[in-house]
Amino acid sequence: MIRLTNVHKTYQGQQPLHVLKGIDLHIGKGEFVAIMGASGSGKSTLLNILGILDDYDEGEYWLNGTLIRHLKESSAAHYRNRMIGFIFQSFNLISFKNAMENVALPLFYQGVPRKKRNELAMHYLERVGLRDWAHHYPNELSGGQKQRVAIARALITRPDIILADEPTGALDSRTSVEVMQLLKELHAQGMTIVVVTHESGVAYQTEKIIHIKDGQIENIEEHPDIQSTVFGRGGLMK
Amino acid sequence: MRLVRFDIDQWGEIADSLLRNKMRTFLTAFGIFWGIFMLLLLMGGGRGMEEMLASNFAGFATNSGFIISSNTEKPYHGFRKGRRWNIVLDDVEHIRHAVPEAEVVTPAESFWGRDVQRGTGHCEGSIVGVYPEYSIVDSPEITDGRDINAVDVAQQRKVCVIGKRLREELFKPDEQACGQTVRVDGIHYTVVGVGGKSEGGMSLNGNATTTVRVPYTTMQRAYNIGNHVDLLCLTARKGYSMSHVQEKAAAVIKRAHHIHPDDSQAVNMINAEAMFSMLEELFGGISILVWMIGVGTLLGGIIGVSNIMVVTVKERTTEIGIRRAIGATSADILLMVMSESVVLTLMAGMSGISLAVLILHAVESGLPQGTDATFQISFAMATGAAATLSLLGILAGLAPAYRALHIKPVDAMREE
Repeated sequence: MIRLTNVHKTYQGQQPLHVLKGIDLHIGKGEFVAIMGASGSGKSTLLNILGILDDYDEGEYWLNGTLIRHLKESSAAHYRNRMIGFIFQSFNLISFKNAMENVALPLFYQGVPRKKRNELAMHYLERVGLRDWAHHYPNELSGGQKQRVAIARALITRPDIILADEPTGALDSRTSVEVMQLLKELHAQGMTIVVVTHESGVAYQTEKIIHIKDGQIENIEEHPDIQSTVFGRGGLMK
Repeated sequence: MRLVRFDIDQWGEIADSLLRNKMRTFLTAFGIFWGIFMLLLLMGGGRGMEEMLASNFAGFATNSGFIISSNTEKPYHGFRKGRRWNIVLDDVEHIRHAVPEAEVVTPAESFWGRDVQRGTGHCEGSIVGVYPEYSIVDSPEITDGRDINAVDVAQQRKVCVIGKRLREELFKPDEQACGQTVRVDGIHYTVVGVGGKSEGGMSLNGNATTTVRVPYTTMQRAYNIGNHVDLLCLTARKGYSMSHVQEKAAAVIKRAHHIHPDDSQAVNMINAEAMFSMLEELFGGISILVWMIGVGTLLGGIIGVSNIMVVTVKERTTEIGIRRAIGATSADILLMVMSESVVLTLMAGMSGISLAVLILHAVESGLPQGTDATFQISFAMATGAAATLSLLGILAGLAPAYRALHIKPVDAMREE
């Protein structure tokens, strides 16, 4: 699904910053992966590249059989819209749109008729258990509810992968569990999910952890035992 | 490639965005509103005033000039100064030969304060003796019958053209004036025409509404004036100025009447052309001023809109970033910013146009009866104004939209 070979990224500035120093990565279809690393390790940059929000300098990035490199802004927008569902730490819902409109927005940019996209939005809100909250505005929702709306928005375009950037970063432990439970359910349904986090409690809910340090992959942990960590006992994190 | 989308939600978004900051939107819109309102009001008003003034000059040749005799100022050829002299009919012929730049050279003789009578009715007026060419300089604007013609002059016919008011005073409304006679100083003249020139208009030899025009030759005989001429009327040919024509004509007259060439008082010249061109310049100046004020105000308004849009884009940086992240193309963002700018500009502008039209309409219906002037702007002008507004709205949206396009999703997320 995702294949990175020798990806380099340098931020040009007064002092050029070599952030990614040759990333080789393969994530298969249906995998639930966490990318972990301290701040400054390059994990956010990696996520931006995976999400086609940023370009890279060297190497190759294949997403579902498509080479993603030096795209024009319009085709980048197209791929983002069709292939990737984003979940952000700060939810990034549009404050003056209600839950349903927020969920339906990606379909607006696909040119789906209003009635159709609102129907679909309701369907996805139901999947995340927020059907009754469809006409509430973000400031009337709790953090967990907002993140679930954001997940519904990420799902509505039936993307190939879900990219989650610190999805529980702004949530308390109880709602964090809810959100991670939801992601696990999606994973069980066959969705490919990549979570970027610095919380091991979150990372250990996934089946594969990629540790990043100084712009390079340090090691990859396969199938960590969730129960064995002090952070994840009984599914309770932090 | 997907097409740019625009549906009802987009309208909702524009409305939302504009209403979120009501005061700011209102103040910005007011700039546009006031600019277009002032521009149209001043344009309509300026043109209306010009037309009102122009209607006063209707039938009057704007390239005309006049010469009257006056006492001499300098002794010459043995004549003392302060001598009284008169323009005579021969001068007319002399000028016609010597000044080819003059198109019309025609004399007029008048007596003011005469009692014009018909049966028992009477009305004070003046009697003017003219040649047919006189109507080129000061047209009676015949509404009924005909003007004095060459045959009338040649045969010294006792016919006349009467003014509007004389017709109203001396005849019943349903009565046919032409063919009837009126009496001035005991002489009966057959009415052959009625003039339509109204009160307040510019005319020679007294109020046009109470003037009795008769052939010059008839006047010569009736009042025994010989070759005496009160007023010499001139018009300049195309391409020549009246002052040039008058200079030459004055020289001819001075030579014929033994007047010192440098005498500045004896030959009294009135230059209507200079007067008219002054008025024209005045209105030209007013119209430039109107444009400057109107366009300046409008420009101020547009800059205001552009400014506010920049602020809006800045405020919505995160939102725009999110939109980009979930698949909005540059064109989508461009459309979002531009449409808001155009909608704001158009709505404000349309209310400005409407109010200007309303006020101009009120002014027009408040004018005294019979005033022939249009204050209202034309439909084409209003449409043009609306089209210009759309264009200005687009221009105002350009800078902020350009800014919005450079928001990267990554940057937007970083602002959190």
